[in-house]
Amino acid sequence: MTNPAAIGQPLDRVDGPLKVTGRATYAAEHAFDQPPLIGWMVEATIPAGRIKRLDTGAAEASPGVAAVLTHHNAPAQTPFGEPDDKGRFTQSRAMLFDEHIRYHGFPVALVIADTLANARHAGALIEISYEPDEEAVTTAGEEADEVPGELDGGMEPDLFKGDFEHAYDDAEVTLDVTYTTPNQAAAAMEPHATIADFDGDQLVVYMSVQLIGPSVKALANTLKIDPDKVRVLSPYIGGGFGSKLGVHNEAILACLGALHLGRPVKVVQHRRHVFHNAPHRGNSVQRIQLGASRDGKLQAIGHESFMPMARGYEFAEPTGASARTTYRTDAIKSTHRVKSTDMPLADSCRAPGHAIGSLAFESAIDEMAYQCGQDPLAFRLGNMPDRDPGTGQPFASHDLAECLREGAEKFGWPSREPQPGSRSQGRQLIGYGVASTIRLNILVPSKTRIRLSADGTLTAWADMTDIGTGTYTILTQIAAETMGLSADRIKIELGDSRYPSSSGSGGSFGAASSGSALLNACENMRTRLLESAREQGLIGDEPADDARFENGQLILGDKTLSFTEVLNKSGAAYLETDGEVEPGDDHDNYSQHSYGAQFAEVHVDRDTGEVRVQRLLGVFSAGRILNPKTARSQLLGGMVWGLSYALLEELMLDERYGAFMNRDLAEYHLPVNRDMPTIDIHFREHPDPRSNPLGSKGIGELSICGAGAAVANAVYHATGVRVRDFPITLDKILRHLPE
Amino acid sequence: MKPFEYRRIHTVEEIGHDDPGQARFLAGGTNLIDLMKHEIEVPDRLLDISRLKLATLKDCENGGLRVDTLVTNTALASDPRVRKTWPLLSAALLSGATAQLRNRATTGGNLLQRTRCYYFYDTARPCNKRNPGEGCSAREGQNRIHAILGASDQCIATHPSDMAVALVALEATLTLRAADGRERELPVEELHRLPGDHPEQDTVLEPGELIVAVTLPAPQPGRQIYRKVRDRSSYAFALISVGVILQVVEGRVESVRIAFGGVAHKPWRARKAEAALLNKAPTEANFRLAAEAELVDARGYGHNDFKIPLARRTLIATLRDAAHSEEEVPT
Amino acid sequence: MAVLYINGKQVTLDDDPRTTLLDTLRERPGLTGTKKGCDHGQCGACTLLLDGRRVNSCLILAIQCEGSEVTTIEGLSQSQGEQLHPMQQAFVKYDGFQCGYCTPGQICSAVGMLEEVGNGEPSDVTGRGEVTLSRVEIQERMSGNLCRCGAYANIVDAILDTANEHSRKTGGPAT
Repeated sequence: MTNPAAIGQPLDRVDGPLKVTGRATYAAEHAFDQPPLIGWMVEATIPAGRIKRLDTGAAEASPGVAAVLTHHNAPAQTPFGEPDDKGRFTQSRAMLFDEHIRYHGFPVALVIADTLANARHAGALIEISYEPDEEAVTTAGEEADEVPGELDGGMEPDLFKGDFEHAYDDAEVTLDVTYTTPNQAAAAMEPHATIADFDGDQLVVYMSVQLIGPSVKALANTLKIDPDKVRVLSPYIGGGFGSKLGVHNEAILACLGALHLGRPVKVVQHRRHVFHNAPHRGNSVQRIQLGASRDGKLQAIGHESFMPMARGYEFAEPTGASARTTYRTDAIKSTHRVKSTDMPLADSCRAPGHAIGSLAFESAIDEMAYQCGQDPLAFRLGNMPDRDPGTGQPFASHDLAECLREGAEKFGWPSREPQPGSRSQGRQLIGYGVASTIRLNILVPSKTRIRLSADGTLTAWADMTDIGTGTYTILTQIAAETMGLSADRIKIELGDSRYPSSSGSGGSFGAASSGSALLNACENMRTRLLESAREQGLIGDEPADDARFENGQLILGDKTLSFTEVLNKSGAAYLETDGEVEPGDDHDNYSQHSYGAQFAEVHVDRDTGEVRVQRLLGVFSAGRILNPKTARSQLLGGMVWGLSYALLEELMLDERYGAFMNRDLAEYHLPVNRDMPTIDIHFREHPDPRSNPLGSKGIGELSICGAGAAVANAVYHATGVRVRDFPITLDKILRHLPE
Repeated sequence: MKPFEYRRIHTVEEIGHDDPGQARFLAGGTNLIDLMKHEIEVPDRLLDISRLKLATLKDCENGGLRVDTLVTNTALASDPRVRKTWPLLSAALLSGATAQLRNRATTGGNLLQRTRCYYFYDTARPCNKRNPGEGCSAREGQNRIHAILGASDQCIATHPSDMAVALVALEATLTLRAADGRERELPVEELHRLPGDHPEQDTVLEPGELIVAVTLPAPQPGRQIYRKVRDRSSYAFALISVGVILQVVEGRVESVRIAFGGVAHKPWRARKAEAALLNKAPTEANFRLAAEAELVDARGYGHNDFKIPLARRTLIATLRDAAHSEEEVPT
Repeated sequence: MAVLYINGKQVTLDDDPRTTLLDTLRERPGLTGTKKGCDHGQCGACTLLLDGRRVNSCLILAIQCEGSEVTTIEGLSQSQGEQLHPMQQAFVKYDGFQCGYCTPGQICSAVGMLEEVGNGEPSDVTGRGEVTLSRVEIQERMSGNLCRCGAYANIVDAILDTANEHSRKTGGPAT
């Protein structure tokens, strides 16, 4: 009988009961003997300049206030950005350091009081005047001309293959279009939150963070503390999406408060804070040039990306990733330029590069298909690559064409009218769209330790995190299958810097990396058990490969031994083994991606331009599926993000103030339940042995890449209106729709 | 939140004893508490009126309906009489906010909700509505959700209520009680002001004056349709909304009432459009003339320019729907 | 001293009238299941049942609730969370969440919503007739609860299953 907790089974989330009963403890919810003091962040209201005068007298005298921290009295810190040869996750994130304002919203004070009401009101009593810089840079567009050091994920900023200029000039059909995507917020439902507790020696930090190891280093570096004295805990995280990868502002402030007062201090970013004090995705300008033969063979692909980079904070998004990796071509020109701005930090957001790169690029590919007079599906299928178009490497596996074919059949693509704007129902214009989906597959070093106890239970430890991805669940399944245990005998302990160093959550690498390390630890445990059984004379010399591990038992030859028996006989209370994984040659020598094809049906109201997505369908190929239930949920979520990027989301920048004006969830529009179409998700399951020992591939970011373009392409097909400025709000359609 | 004195009152007579300028009435709190947290509203005293016996709906002799001020948005939208006879009101209410908010929000409070202008909410930015004389940041800033009719140099904010749009189209009347106990009647249409030189004043209410009830007039003939256009399909304020009551008799518009939401500092009664339609045939061309008549003075401020064609198109579409709808309100 | 009743237990309020119902809960050990996502009525994470109706607890002063009955996510399950409410079970079964942060609000909202449907209260999609519990009815009625992980479709599945299970057991309509 199959173990219901085995890999590939749709096991319910093991942390589900805790989450649905409200008992999972998120960062701000850890209980202390004495309730923590509450910190309220006071934000700068200019984009760049200096604090001229800061009067905290009234705030300090306000009821319940324990301290007001400013650059005058905050504990010592390493200057922001140092050491500058380290990555952004461990560099100092100093604040309340000096009178310098880095961006609108940058913290200028932390009010610490007994209650939130007292702290927040006292914050309003602080009087600040500024000396603004004469020129603050608050926008970035096509004028961006700085070459970033490297792109997120390690890609080179510029890639030239073949002779792009000639190939483009000589092409029979050309397209030269510019797409823009707006500033966007990750907007995880849990605002960034931290409780810091300092006992004079150890700093214990409960925070909502995706990467635990780097956050310890960042805190230690910023606060000038020995890393061994810093412990970070993050067992449950209310959504991350990249915005909680590293340490963020409230964490530094809570630590400063705890160091200053020697008492636990809790700082939860208010939702309005999050828009400036947590990182966002910068706006992009993407110029795309395509050249093709009349029969629709791509000959030249040009992609020039222009984005902001927050001054002093090195992060550049690889928006050219889609253009470099998706289609066969003779020549590629892909460049990335950034512009230093006095804006809040731009950083990773779900699927850096591909998410917004595919929005633009897969729209442009659609335009090219129409220009060539081809069906957008056929055009894509006609340009499938046989090796990585950018690097020339062979693919570890490639399944894009099959995803497109299978999706088209399931969606009913052949029933589509070729001509845009030709199908309607009442006042609704109906359109179909398609897009290719592709996302980098990564493996990063990860370690874990497991313990098999004499009572037959297994515990695994790693400083891994579960940000809603289902990590607790799939790790349970990996241990269950490998060790032959039921789910209730397994305990997965994550989210504590005292545990072995893992990949953390990000870049869709979490399951593969932490899971492979656990697989390795379990394999080592099997060896240890066999050795122990042999040493005790419980088994003979049968080959180890014949051993089976089922129902908490080791079965070899005619012997069936419970794990408990083996341990009791040996006198050990438990056995411990370590496991680890590191990317090997297959990641150096092969182009590794997950794939998918996405289809959308939209209705556009011909009177008002309102777009409602009716159907989304995706076929995905991401290696071995560890848990189809949680995998499907992640894909579902990415498709919702894609829909949202196509139609809804935009941080509205006021250039005068360097501020996003719609800093709340009423006006920063995330999709609501009623916006959801029927969503259909299919897997093409092909374990990829080059990917990692599990054969799985990244899935958390996969479906956001392409879903939005499928929606955008469907809007074009419905209306004949091509909007190149995302999001496609009704006003942008309306001006082209005849009355 | 600035510290305040909280006092729960049980009868309206208790109101008069307070300094009306410094106190605010607290009912559902869905907008007031929001604004107090930002210290945009900073009352010294809250008079909690939520336990006054003012939460019933009562039939009027003339066939109208008196709605007490504390009737929740949910109760009002769900009332079988409202659904049957004033469906415009039920539809408008249900298009607004969420079930959680409507369960809490009251009739009087809904009318008195304040603008969603980004700059009104950002206390670091100049705003004449928040701090008279500071200037208006929205005119030259982000103004996608702002007014196209009746704005002033001082303020281009819109009133966000859906319910109020329906009440204006229905010609509902308010019963107001002054701090000294005097009562007066006021058409809902006259409650909200245009910003002019005093955008800080949303309404014509006197300090300390309480909305006691809203009275819906006797049923009127015609089809009632509320159309709300917004960026997402629910839980969003209107970019444009239109409430229409249209009666067509023998191929001619016998009576029509139109109100817009999302276009001005107040629910906008479209009298020019109504006049243009009266006695005319309900044709696409006449709908267009009516919409254009109403919007002749409309102006945009950049990001909200689209609202002018959107208002025109939405009105035409809504009139078309009303003219062809099968459902007629029984009278 | 003002009191209210949280999951059947009497709780004494602090003397600051500014304290919201949400903060009253979240600053108390064992009652942090009610979440704060925006603190301004714009996300629904703080949804709970106040005298049986779903509301945003962030926009209510605790003092206003004197004498009221509050049911939070902790109060829906029995035996310290060991015995789940049918809606909680369904959310696990249909994977109606990922990060879990909006989940208590979603579940309380769903429980309150089915009551409202049972009362015949209409929604924006109901029109003039009776309420039937279609997917779009649930979607509209649950639109006051944002979920950034995008679990909406699974949430609707969980609610539909709970409603249908209830009707099978009681023989009554699906609400």
